[in-house]
Amino acid sequence: MIAATYTIAGVLVFVTAAALILVGAVSVIAVKNPVHAAIALIVTLFGVAVAFVAESADFLATVQIIVYAGAIVVLFLFVIMFLGVDRREGVRVDPLVGQRSFALVGVVITIAGLVALMARSHWVTGATSVANGGAPLATGQHNVRQLGTAVFTTYLFAFEATAVLLIIAVVGAVLLARRERRADELSDDGEEVELAP
Amino acid sequence: MNVPVAWYLVLAALLFGIGAYGLLVRRSALIMFMCIELMLNAVNLTFVTFSRTLGDIAGQASVFFVMVVAAAEVTVGLGIVVAVFRRRASTSVDELSELRG
Repeated sequence: MIAATYTIAGVLVFVTAAALILVGAVSVIAVKNPVHAAIALIVTLFGVAVAFVAESADFLATVQIIVYAGAIVVLFLFVIMFLGVDRREGVRVDPLVGQRSFALVGVVITIAGLVALMARSHWVTGATSVANGGAPLATGQHNVRQLGTAVFTTYLFAFEATAVLLIIAVVGAVLLARRERRADELSDDGEEVELAP
Repeated sequence: MNVPVAWYLVLAALLFGIGAYGLLVRRSALIMFMCIELMLNAVNLTFVTFSRTLGDIAGQASVFFVMVVAAAEVTVGLGIVVAVFRRRASTSVDELSELRG
């Protein structure tokens, strides 16, 4: 089973990351103001980045900060401000009868199932005695080299496919968010006219 | 300085559960997108933990691709939210029943 060769420093790092992640996540689903939820999301993402560093994924921790906290949350905040929905939402409304209880039961079953599934055998492989499978992963500069080599050789096709996916997403977002100027000029009552395909 | 793998996996499971609960309970499309981000991050944490334990870089490469797909998803999703808001002046998914058959 798992060798218990952990130190005080490792435990402290884990506790810090776990506190950041859980406090941020609970805040995201509990606060009423969407702006506050976005700020709480940053806390969670930062905690995940701390966990990444502790697990020798240095490059991914950097990308987590830059892309997630830097770009995605800023995009969220931009849309919130753009739409002007930064007011309180009624968290207590319950459109479906008993949906909170059903959601809670379903989530508890999911978590318990995950933990039970993993705890029955070895946590990672399902085997009974894998202490530390292959060679330990490199850290720091070598982590970037290792990850880059994998992405640009083994996963080259997937990498190119994500490039195509990003292009499609950008074009789709531009098409969705574009306001049709010509329609407003043609119709005097200012009604939205369906876009021509 | 590695703590047991199980701790990180349980933490990821809890994060996934919180995200799933928020996705089920909250009605604002923006908050629901944030909850999807929480769930994606839980899966990323699991991938990195497996990667460390097995000494295989493939887990970290998977996280790399998950991040790209998450960025694309947020871009298109927020575009849809903006387009819907123009027509309905609301981001609540409960009012989006016009596609009901």
